[in-house]
Amino acid sequence: MILLLQYTLLFASVLMLVALGGCFSERSGVINIGLEGIMTVGALGGALVMKFLPVEAGGAPLMILATIVASAAAGMLFSLLLAVAAINFKADQTITGTAMNMLATAAATVLVKAMNTAASGGSDVSSDIIYTRARDTFIVRLGNFEFNWFMLVALIALIISYIVLYKMRFGLRLRACGEHPQAADSVGISVYKMRYAGVLISGLLGGIGGIVYITAGVSSWKFENGVAGFGFLALAVMIFGQWKPIKIALAALLFGFFRALGNVYTGFDLLKNLNLPSQIYNMLPYIISLIVLALTSKNSLAPKAEGIPYDKGSR
Amino acid sequence: MKKTNNSLIRREGVQTLLASLLCILGGFLIGFLVLLIIEPKGAFEAISVILKNFFKFSSGRSQLKYLGQTLVRTAPLLMCSLSVLFAYKVGMFNIGAAGQYVAGACAALFFSLYFKAPWWVCILVAMAAGAFLGAISGALKTYCNVNVVISGIMLNWIMLYITNMVLSTDGVKNPMSPYTIQIRGNNPQGLLPQLGLQSLFSNEKSVTIAIPLAILMAIAVWVVLNKTKFGYELRATGHNFHAAKYSGMKERRNIILTMAISGALAGMGAALLYLTGIEEWETTISSVPAMGFNGIAVAFLGGLSPIGSILSAFFIQHITLGGSYVDTTYYCAQISSLISSLIIFLCAFVGFFRYAIQSHLRKKDEAKLTKADAVKGGTDV
Repeated sequence: MILLLQYTLLFASVLMLVALGGCFSERSGVINIGLEGIMTVGALGGALVMKFLPVEAGGAPLMILATIVASAAAGMLFSLLLAVAAINFKADQTITGTAMNMLATAAATVLVKAMNTAASGGSDVSSDIIYTRARDTFIVRLGNFEFNWFMLVALIALIISYIVLYKMRFGLRLRACGEHPQAADSVGISVYKMRYAGVLISGLLGGIGGIVYITAGVSSWKFENGVAGFGFLALAVMIFGQWKPIKIALAALLFGFFRALGNVYTGFDLLKNLNLPSQIYNMLPYIISLIVLALTSKNSLAPKAEGIPYDKGSR
Repeated sequence: MKKTNNSLIRREGVQTLLASLLCILGGFLIGFLVLLIIEPKGAFEAISVILKNFFKFSSGRSQLKYLGQTLVRTAPLLMCSLSVLFAYKVGMFNIGAAGQYVAGACAALFFSLYFKAPWWVCILVAMAAGAFLGAISGALKTYCNVNVVISGIMLNWIMLYITNMVLSTDGVKNPMSPYTIQIRGNNPQGLLPQLGLQSLFSNEKSVTIAIPLAILMAIAVWVVLNKTKFGYELRATGHNFHAAKYSGMKERRNIILTMAISGALAGMGAALLYLTGIEEWETTISSVPAMGFNGIAVAFLGGLSPIGSILSAFFIQHITLGGSYVDTTYYCAQISSLISSLIIFLCAFVGFFRYAIQSHLRKKDEAKLTKADAVKGGTDV
């Protein structure tokens, strides 16, 4: 039971971080299908720090901080691809995002494989990064419950996101650019800058989400798999959360619960006795999200101008 | 004016071709840079190996044999790209083609191995399975307003797990390995007929009617989209949903039908690969096969034209297989996927590129006109 709670909170943290990222991007008017790729690149950035920074160097605080900074920086750097294409070149945002997802997995695989091959002199050609010792520094054991510092990070991100979006001038301007960029422009707000900010924040949060995801249950990650569709689940969380931080948090908890069930269902006699194949549990989050989306999308509160490149000349 | 209007660069097809070539060039350039960063020594050789693919074999016989294998894998890729572009013409981005492809593989292999059905039955059920999955996406779009991209991605994963489950059934999966059993030994009538085509490719076993069939489908898609009333309605719905609705077209039916057809194309693609016996399904795979996603690359690289897709499908498959021959002491086969994903990324800029050409041409015309006016000037007022 405690294990279920632990995994629910952990997966909910990932979904919350990434969905909040998506929320910033879409609220500024840019559809971010590339969250999956941003997570992968962010995860790679963090995993490299965890692999190469010795734990002894500065203990847990330094390790946690360095990992988060590296993931966030990698995520932001990668999200620039979307920003430049979608904002400056008015490219199709869906194609760009899809390409980014493929690019992230391919690039991460190529880099990690090249690294492993060079380090092992050719005997290891896998795309795995192992970070067992570094991962332990993220965890504080409270009895049977493993508290992970990233849960706190997600909570802080949620609070800050809420304040930024609803209590600050920046948030109001950002949202204006997603609803009616021409109106925003007419009162002197730079739509391009706001959209850049939105996409970069999504890169930051998505990147951190990536490292939280790959360290959630395992101490090594195979980068060939990217992040196995989790970025898309986060998109579903964002839509179900109607692009609002508090609702996103609740949606993340719900989806996190179903995702966690897949990890720990063998611990429950009731579920074990049902004798369902493990694939059923793997499918569960996706099926639930499809049903939930079908029920809630009718009255979608999506930002009105999302997906439309801003053209100063149009009315 | 008449003369300049007919010049080559003003034709839409030429502009698209130019843009596609530019994307390929850009993709390879950036890919080359990445290789240089990893290890400068073998970078040039690696790129040339990727571009050569089957030409790396010295004897003509093996060249033909591996050309055959490239073509065998081009057929399903072409089908996936047709699926993507068909939906795109109606304004929908069918990223679910990957899942519809998986559904096709599931249905085709299950009917072939479990029921020992003949090949044409397997193709039909594969198409039906893909169509069913596509129709779900379409229905969710029209009745529940769920974005096709999101529902497509969810269905991709759901279908992957279902397929792994279904194809793990006794009698379908090889008990010794994670793969399904071979069609060749267990259900010979489930293999696609060869009709002597293999003799053109050094008797490569996997060369079947799949290749001409895929090309025929490309032509059929072109005819449906461009020469029929149905195709016109679909394109009209894609251009302007509301205008189509108010001119009396059944826009809801059209969207669901489009997605179903699109799904059927992707499903058939899977049948055209697995029913040749060139490979088996691995029941433990944990990611959706890349075929459907590569279909997106092919569709956009081919300028969203069925005929262009034939060429670009061959090209993408050519470099993908070329990647598997890269020297693994420095690099890995995924370099090809890196390059193709770069190409798709650049394809997103095609609109901008064409806009740039057109505005350049317009400026040139205007300059010419003002010049002509200036010359005529005095007399013409």
